Amino acid sequence: MYNVIIGLEVHVQLQTRTKIFCACSTAFNPDQPNVQTCPVCLGLPGSLPVLNGTAMHLAIKTALALNCQIARFTKWDRKQYFYPDLPKGYQISQFDLPFSHDGWVDVEHEGQLRKIGIIRAHLEEDAGKNLHDESGRRRDSQVDLNRAGTPLVEIVSQPDLRSAAEARLFLEQMRQMLVYLGVSDCNMQEGSLRCDANVNLHVKKKETCGHVATPIVEIKNLNSFRYTEQAIEFEVQRQWDEFQKTGRTIHDAPKSTRGFDPDRGVTYLLREKEAAADYRYFPDPDLVPVIVDDAWLARIQSEMVELPTVKRQRFQTEFGLSDYDAGVIIDQGAEIADYFETVAKACGDGKQAANWVTQDVLRELKERQQTITEFALRADVLAALLDKISAKQLTLKSAREVFLDVLNVEERTEPVTIIEIEQVIAAKGLAIVQDTGAIDAAIAAVIEKNPKAVADFQAGKQAAVGALIGQVMKACKGADPAAVKDALIRKLSR
Amino acid sequence: MTTLPLTTSELHRGLTDGTLTSRAVTGAFLDRICAGDGRIRAFLQVAAETALEQADVIDAKRRAGARVGPLAGLPVAIKDVICERGVPCTCASKMLENFKPPYDAHVIERLRAADAVLIGRTNMDEFAMGSSSENSAYQITRNPWDETRSPGGSSSGSAAAVAAEMAPLSLGSDTGGSIRQPASFCGVVGLKPTYGRVSRYGLVAFASSLDQIGPFARDVTGAALLLQVIAGHDPRDSTSVDRPVPDYLAALEQPLAGLKIGIAAEHFAEGLDPEVERTVRAAIEVYRQLGATIKLIQLPHTKYAVATYYIIAPSEASSNLSRYDGIHYGHRTAQPGNLFELYARSRGEGFGAEVKRRIMIGTFALSAGYADKYYVKALKVRRLIRQDFDAAFADVDVIAGPVAPTPAFKIGELANDPLAMYLSDVYTLSANLAGIPGMSVPCGFSAGGLPIGMQLLAPPFAEERLLRAAKMYEGATDWKTKRSGAI
Repeated sequence: MYNVIIGLEVHVQLQTRTKIFCACSTAFNPDQPNVQTCPVCLGLPGSLPVLNGTAMHLAIKTALALNCQIARFTKWDRKQYFYPDLPKGYQISQFDLPFSHDGWVDVEHEGQLRKIGIIRAHLEEDAGKNLHDESGRRRDSQVDLNRAGTPLVEIVSQPDLRSAAEARLFLEQMRQMLVYLGVSDCNMQEGSLRCDANVNLHVKKKETCGHVATPIVEIKNLNSFRYTEQAIEFEVQRQWDEFQKTGRTIHDAPKSTRGFDPDRGVTYLLREKEAAADYRYFPDPDLVPVIVDDAWLARIQSEMVELPTVKRQRFQTEFGLSDYDAGVIIDQGAEIADYFETVAKACGDGKQAANWVTQDVLRELKERQQTITEFALRADVLAALLDKISAKQLTLKSAREVFLDVLNVEERTEPVTIIEIEQVIAAKGLAIVQDTGAIDAAIAAVIEKNPKAVADFQAGKQAAVGALIGQVMKACKGADPAAVKDALIRKLSR
Repeated sequence: MTTLPLTTSELHRGLTDGTLTSRAVTGAFLDRICAGDGRIRAFLQVAAETALEQADVIDAKRRAGARVGPLAGLPVAIKDVICERGVPCTCASKMLENFKPPYDAHVIERLRAADAVLIGRTNMDEFAMGSSSENSAYQITRNPWDETRSPGGSSSGSAAAVAAEMAPLSLGSDTGGSIRQPASFCGVVGLKPTYGRVSRYGLVAFASSLDQIGPFARDVTGAALLLQVIAGHDPRDSTSVDRPVPDYLAALEQPLAGLKIGIAAEHFAEGLDPEVERTVRAAIEVYRQLGATIKLIQLPHTKYAVATYYIIAPSEASSNLSRYDGIHYGHRTAQPGNLFELYARSRGEGFGAEVKRRIMIGTFALSAGYADKYYVKALKVRRLIRQDFDAAFADVDVIAGPVAPTPAFKIGELANDPLAMYLSDVYTLSANLAGIPGMSVPCGFSAGGLPIGMQLLAPPFAEERLLRAAKMYEGATDWKTKRSGAI
């Protein structure tokens, strides 16, 4: 019937310490309005912008992750319009020579990898915030300029997305990548990641080939990935219903703008644009163009970390993880993914490392409210513990006991050492007894003391061996129960 | 009333060797302001109290044997377009009537560090748009040589204050001639530095790619002294050039041997008052007698300068003045109604006619469908104008010519003819478009006793050469001894 055509515009706040054109803090501070300001971001008469190099650095990093071309010469343009949250009456942005263009991202959806094109990514300054009176008592609106001047990268995708679900995946992947790179914290609640969606339908013509396009709708102010997906789903249905009713195509109506009401789950008209707004772009005469030379580009490229999608694949091929387990680890962020990898490589057992990291380590981090860098058990030490399990020196159960013991040491000042672990094992006698002589002796003693169980087992009651194993284990603490079972069965089967 | 020594050098020497105190000097100038500014109207604010306080601090420093800065307690008047912390900066506009900047401009910081005394803030055309002070929202300044005539503009008060000896030095700003033209009309020295030589941080912007702050003085030495203090890199201005500042005073007295002076046919064409032409040509002759060679050069794109400037400057101004929206600071209308009305009424009430005119021109020239034809085209012609100068300076060291087509016009004469007012900038505009430095040096008087200035132009960052060439001429003549006698 129809194809869904979606393009996304994502605004990402860069994680710089200070604003893009002045030295004010970028910290999220809704409680004290207008304190993170100065003559420059207030647009006071006589003030001038000066570029924060780190903003350009992080922006280029972002574009490299999006496989974009980096412009070697880029400049600033003034985008002019009047609004109370825009103190200069113009926004310093980039118009015709953005710092990057023509990239792509692979989005995995329903088992398929699809290339989604990126038209461009440019840098600009954020506006402040207008706070309107929601009470209905028609009180004044207020302006908070703390946010004005925060660096934003605007990423514009090609209209290559084909479903609401795919759009959501695109956003989630982008978010994960940007967090991994340390470019942004991508917190939609705090507004460090914002998204607008451009949606229309290509309705297949009945008789002939080809399609007819419905008018494009831009949905603005989407506050979460879930709402983005919901809004697009609603909008697709709405456009289909409207097209069937009116037959209006893209040639009949200009692009309109709608908002999304999450409570009612509907999009609603914000404004019909008679014509595209005229922003009267021109190069900002207060700023000089930026030349990105080879040396700078090489420095930034050397900081590029392995992207999460690539890492996720590699964890599966290199360490034999399931896609699910790899995903769980990747989703925890770069530090935990690195922790896991160190453990896996050191102990040589990826699956075991994955189990421990996703279950035991994550649980402890959550309970102790710690980050992985604060965690007392370093990756190499955990690996050593896991080694003991693989070498059958420790049972899984005992290892977990040791794990908790060392973590629960009060007033720990130093991270856990391997020596400490061995001390706990020795003190509690948890080491698996390898001495087969002792085990044989214990087995012989238990067989003698339990003639009924032996007879039951030899008569075919397999389960009877369980009690015998238990007694051998009691006598030989630290014996490997599997080995004991084998030895018992062998002895009894003779 | 104290009779002050004539030259800035003599004042400076007296202050430095202790024979004069800053308090005495400042007090004497304040007396003259009191006596004469009621008529001349050069000042919007006189900082009598704080000026004397500053003077006392400097005198105390000197008595204690501490090092005193190069301005040594000399008073400097400031065009009301440069931000001084806590002091109203009106730009001669109703829009900023009560605006007090919370910060000092870079040049103000430099002046304070150099131990200047900030004596007051001078009248100008509103937001630096004009050539006569008739666009000021507050008052019209009189030319000290003839109080029925304009002192020129937009740095009207700064030029008049120095000409009437109400301050030995002052700062102005020059976007299309706003230092040089009033300097010429008022018989004082005025210098527009190379674009990027002096920081614009704290200069309320008119046209960002054209504006520069520069000195007024009664002689070349004074201009050099003040330029030395304010020139230099400022990281807070991205267009400020990081290039060492030469010692402008060191070689100032040394004439330039083998000086090649260019005169452009385009500067002596139709529209130039015959008296001005005679006077300027005679001045150039003095250079020949001093051993310079005079060469005819061509600046073929001069005829496009007015059109180019009056597209670029208003375009940038329309953008720079968008911040005056009645929301954050400045004038807000008493009856806002809705948001659009708040904007329209605040700006309608706050801005004068010429400012509105230029905002509209600029908005139009940048608008969709016209930007390529006007703004982008103007940028291209600007490049050609610059190339004219690059070619000329391959052949000559400085270019000499008139500053303005006429001497000072009568107040009211051009006020109703904006276009005629624009055309009077024809000789000065190109220097701003090309970014090169230029000076006006007094070179004579009309039969009616009105000052006439000679313009000297030099390549970028050649202020040293410019000042030395000017000093050569000044030293061979006695124009600097002439006084307006207004007070």
